Amino acid sequence: MQFDGDLAEIRFGAGLSPLVRPPVSAEAMLGRLQGADEMARRFPVSGFDEAFARAKEFQRLRRNRKRQEGQHGYEAADKAFKAYRRTHNAARFKWHGQRLLRHVFTRDAFRERLVLFWADHFTAQGKNGALRILAAPYAETVIRPHVGGRFEDMLIAAATSPLMLHYLDQNRSAGPGSRAAKRRKRLSGLNENLAREVLELHTLGVDGPYGQADVRQLAELFTGLSASQDKGFVFRPGMAEPGAETVLGQTYGGGKPELGQVLAALRDLARHPATAQHIAWKLAVHFTSDQPDPGLVTHLAARYQDSGGDLMQVYAALLEHSAAWQPVLGNVKPPFDYVASACRALAVPESRFSALKPGQLNRLLLAPLTPMGQRWEFSGGPDGWPEEDLSWITPQALAARLRWALAAPRRLAQPLPDPRVFATAALGRFANERVRFAARAAETQSEAVGLILTSPAFQRR
Amino acid sequence: MHLTRRSLLTRSALLGCSLAASPLVTPVSFAAAPWDTRLVVIILRGGMDALDAVQPYGDPSLAGLRQTLSGGPQAGAADLDGFYALHPGLAPLLPLWRAGELGFVQAVSTPYRDRRSHFDGQDILEAGTAALGGARDGWLNRLLQQMPGVEARTAFAIGQERMLLLDGAAPVSHWAPGAGLAMSPQAERLAGLLMEEDPLFHNALNEALELTRQDLTLGSEEDGGGDSGMMQAAPRARAHTEIAAYAAEQLRGDTRIAAFSINGWDTHYRQANGLKSALGRLSETVLKLRSGLGDGIWGKTAVAAVTEFGRTVRENGTGGTDHGTGGAMLLAGGAIRGGRVLGRWPGLAEADLYERRDLMPTADVRQHLAWLMHGLAGARKTDLETTVFPGLAMAEDPGLLL
Repeated sequence: MQFDGDLAEIRFGAGLSPLVRPPVSAEAMLGRLQGADEMARRFPVSGFDEAFARAKEFQRLRRNRKRQEGQHGYEAADKAFKAYRRTHNAARFKWHGQRLLRHVFTRDAFRERLVLFWADHFTAQGKNGALRILAAPYAETVIRPHVGGRFEDMLIAAATSPLMLHYLDQNRSAGPGSRAAKRRKRLSGLNENLAREVLELHTLGVDGPYGQADVRQLAELFTGLSASQDKGFVFRPGMAEPGAETVLGQTYGGGKPELGQVLAALRDLARHPATAQHIAWKLAVHFTSDQPDPGLVTHLAARYQDSGGDLMQVYAALLEHSAAWQPVLGNVKPPFDYVASACRALAVPESRFSALKPGQLNRLLLAPLTPMGQRWEFSGGPDGWPEEDLSWITPQALAARLRWALAAPRRLAQPLPDPRVFATAALGRFANERVRFAARAAETQSEAVGLILTSPAFQRR
Repeated sequence: MHLTRRSLLTRSALLGCSLAASPLVTPVSFAAAPWDTRLVVIILRGGMDALDAVQPYGDPSLAGLRQTLSGGPQAGAADLDGFYALHPGLAPLLPLWRAGELGFVQAVSTPYRDRRSHFDGQDILEAGTAALGGARDGWLNRLLQQMPGVEARTAFAIGQERMLLLDGAAPVSHWAPGAGLAMSPQAERLAGLLMEEDPLFHNALNEALELTRQDLTLGSEEDGGGDSGMMQAAPRARAHTEIAAYAAEQLRGDTRIAAFSINGWDTHYRQANGLKSALGRLSETVLKLRSGLGDGIWGKTAVAAVTEFGRTVRENGTGGTDHGTGGAMLLAGGAIRGGRVLGRWPGLAEADLYERRDLMPTADVRQHLAWLMHGLAGARKTDLETTVFPGLAMAEDPGLLL
């Protein structure tokens, strides 16, 4: 393998920045990833519990408004609710800014990329106005602490997080033979959603060696995983299906229902060879190409399996393989990564972000992701965002990228950099002759900067 | 700035781009789809109140359930057939009704029950499956997957938001009028140069420029063919009519299917205001489609407007209604056998309601959509029942088309 600092920052990091020296070696990248999470400390995002409390207050005010319908107090209740909803949105915009700032300033950008990758792998979203703000705190508390750890720990954290339990309807799943189902007729019974997605998306993969019976059995085993408004995750034995369940030939439980049986099954799924293959494939696709080198996938899967899913070792395997260092830029950056890397190349100062009002931050940095095809924190399904280049570079989405690149930089960075200098800052040795020509030939400085950001060389990595 | 194919070419030539690589050199031509009719699907997001839009004033229970809403002809709605009356917001469509080009189906729904979440309700409506999570693509895309000769321009999803019902393996086009590229000629030329060597970007850029050019042409028609230099300064029409005009523009050409959404149906409070304006937008949209398509194409067009669920039959305490189950679909177009309200009416007596609160669905909305696609595009019944809407029984032909 031929380590290349510029390429490392573009392909495995957040893109080049005039403020941050690219990494000097793969060891340095891995070392930073194992060190302290500087960006999380410098640009904090609320934790899950705090955000969950906010969501509860949102629900309380909404319920109160509903109660006041047609009564004297309605106007006041409506006003209180709407005011709270504004702060709710403001918090969401603020966290978005914090997450972008991490990409602008970090020397540990591989970590930021991995957080995005795993948060997408374990997609969970709030399905109503109150819970929608939980996506960023979920990534912060469920995903981020585990990116350098073991896959099974992240799997367990995700599958037992209140947001995932809500998103995939596990909360309302009760064993048909459980005490709760017998007591309450309205409890409609088993919900297979989480079990299916854990097998299909989170572990074995859609072509993995499981059948409908495994889905059903895992769904029965999962009954009892629930969340309470006050305590967050809880295991409710009363909702759990009595008896043993067999998943992929392995039998769990049989005695009193308890969380340990569920966790044992999740650990077994995490260590399954099909999971190793699935995760290896996804990482290779994400970091290299829609059609990754088969040798790279095999290499990653073997290291995953040998290490029992120790992610640091899997990342090391990725960074040591020659296929990961093909010098031709491959994948198209998704919209969030595109905007984040543009902010990084522009070295947008922290003070610029903090000077933006919530609505401005939304209009300038968050809302534009929607026409680019990535309505942020609203991916279409639990399979998360697409990886294929084709799904990002549609006429409409490319037009949106161009519009943003031509208009936003002059509102983010004042003064704008000299385009000729900017071409090198943003692209390093990937600033080809076409990019340099466009930088010289554009009629205005902001067009020149926009065009550099629009070049395929900047949009790929 | 006046964008024409010629001026683009000239500028590219000046820059010395490889002309052969540009799809603009040969006018892009699309093989016509194997069918010649047009289908427009409009998703009414938010849950339209069927009982207020197409008011069953002949049902003896309605008046008692609704104090301020759905007042029938007495309250200004237009009588349709002695049993149903049309909400005043849909009054602009009455000429279509009289011409047999407008109809409704009452008391339909998807198989989605009990949870009444917009999010899930729309997902299942667009996925076309019996349960949530049954498919990751949409039913219109699965229809296209069954049809030969389909190209990206055969179907258009229009607007900024994702249209799950057109997501999937079959190629489709997605564009929002007004999403165009307003670049200086120089910037446009340089962007072309930058992307020239990357086919993915190059093709998307050319397509975006082509669609932008079309937006501008469309804009000039809207302005009565005014000075092209002023087009960009002209105030934008309201989004829904822009979308309808754009859809019509596509459907006049090789496009056979267009899908978009109209939002604003979630009328928990003061429904009288909210529904009126939403129905007004729907009326304007249908009329804009009609005028944009012209007599010839309108004659072979079916428009189907569907919503994720209906609303409670009882009015709530704030002059609105809450999330319910059974709803109505609107059908329009010259290909429709209109002038009728179809669907088996379940009645509004307490015992006839779903969960004692909602209009009882008496048919699956997918059955009607399947029959439309069967009649318009010649899709096979077996494909419709197994692939497009897996597990659906189409039952008897309701005779929606001429």
